[in-house]
Amino acid sequence: MVQFIEQVINGLQLGFVYALIALGYTMVYGIIRLINFAHGDVFMIGAFVGYFGFAVWGLPWPVAILVSMAVCAVVGMAIERLAYRPLRAKGAPNIATLITAIGVSLFIEYFTSLKFVFGPNYRVVARPFAVQVFHLGPVSISSVQILVITVVLVLVAGLQYIVYRTKVGKAMRAVSHDRDAARLMGIDVDRVISYTFAIGSALAAAAGVLFALAYPQISPFMGIMPGLKAFTAAVLGGIGSIPGALLGAVLMGQAETLTAAYITTDFRDAIAFGILILVLLLRPAGLLGKAGPEKV
Amino acid sequence: MLEVNDLRVSYGHIEALHGVSFTVAEGEIVTLIGANGAGKSTTLRALSGLVRARSGQVRFCGKAITAVPAHKIVALGMGHVPEGRRIFANMSVQENLELGAYLGDSRTLAADLEAVFGRFPRLRERRAQLAGTLSGGEQQMLAMGRALMLKPKLLLLDEPSMGLSPLLVQELFETIVEINRRGTTVLLVEQNAAMALDIAHRAYVLETGRVVLSGPAADLQDDPQVRQAYLGGHAV
Repeated sequence: MVQFIEQVINGLQLGFVYALIALGYTMVYGIIRLINFAHGDVFMIGAFVGYFGFAVWGLPWPVAILVSMAVCAVVGMAIERLAYRPLRAKGAPNIATLITAIGVSLFIEYFTSLKFVFGPNYRVVARPFAVQVFHLGPVSISSVQILVITVVLVLVAGLQYIVYRTKVGKAMRAVSHDRDAARLMGIDVDRVISYTFAIGSALAAAAGVLFALAYPQISPFMGIMPGLKAFTAAVLGGIGSIPGALLGAVLMGQAETLTAAYITTDFRDAIAFGILILVLLLRPAGLLGKAGPEKV
Repeated sequence: MLEVNDLRVSYGHIEALHGVSFTVAEGEIVTLIGANGAGKSTTLRALSGLVRARSGQVRFCGKAITAVPAHKIVALGMGHVPEGRRIFANMSVQENLELGAYLGDSRTLAADLEAVFGRFPRLRERRAQLAGTLSGGEQQMLAMGRALMLKPKLLLLDEPSMGLSPLLVQELFETIVEINRRGTTVLLVEQNAAMALDIAHRAYVLETGRVVLSGPAADLQDDPQVRQAYLGGHAV
């Protein structure tokens, strides 16, 4: 039982990191119906900037997270401005934008692998603090787990506030619901899309730094698997839905961790993706998604 | 207030408007009538910037607006209630109205909300309700209220009577006349030509992307051609 609770906490930590990434996928999808395949690479850049922040530049880790979020917000806006907006302005079909997204992803991975950028090798992250283990009765929980879970909860609460309580958030929901009607309200749709990329990318950056703290090894290709898992989580929960992304991510984290703990680590990913296939067979729109025809 | 000159709009290779010209003077109700597919909605969408004109000029309050993006045209004082109402169904009535005031001064928001609630008391009763759960008539009120939040100089109405019962249509048209009386110029697109001609000062008849007839609404009401084609009746 104790071991089970500890595994659930491990799964929660992993799922919460996925959640931060999944939010970006789902928000961007909600607003421009695009799977931004470069999102996992923004997560990777976030991990590197955070690592440089606390390990190289000697910033306190909370400041390193904030710096990384700011840098990635700009990176996300730049990707949208340079790669996706020109296509949108020309009325390109969605499939063209999707392929562009894959291109952007590969570009970031191989560009950052260059020696004068991040370099192709793994780097081991020295944590900026010593890991402490706390005991709640027989259950032990580490300071990293507490940190990850707390930071994610704070950021999700912040996102909730932005989306439901601010003017920008209201504009984002309006654009997501009906772009033309939003324009008739005087909403500058391009600007709202830009903000959406900024927010999603900042969350991915925070996820990257937390990931580097929890699983301390980083490389230019580290974003692929977590990106894919988070994308899966977003689809599982119902892409376009913020609560769906959170739910999907928590389920993915549990499925992966519990499979590794009780069945075998080899099946970890197979089971996680198997769940996705099963859920989509039964509920094509995802757990919390709205049913309806959708073109990719 | 509005001058439209030789407006042409294409969807892909198909030209939907083949050079439409008309004017709307301050204080008027002008109606565009015509059959389905005549280009009425396209004309309104081109005016408010939702579709780009291929050629031609639109001047609004003396300013050329054919190249101005939609969200900036709103700021110039043009409100557009689109066909099918296009309310934000998953937001509350009040949030819909607040979005209508997106460009407005937040200090006058409460007063502007009050003004709209004054005109449409039903919306006040339902302010916290999700807009998608309103009846068709209430949704039309909401769509109009939302466009009125910024007190536009010119209000474009696209098929406001669509899907409403005759009684509600009657009420709606009285509201349009009232809004006009309080100083808002109205450009009304309607398939219900009889009602539209009843309240309009002037009218233009559109056929397959062209203006084929125009004049004071009362004259068109008596025009045998119009009676035959759009009023479903015979000359008395």
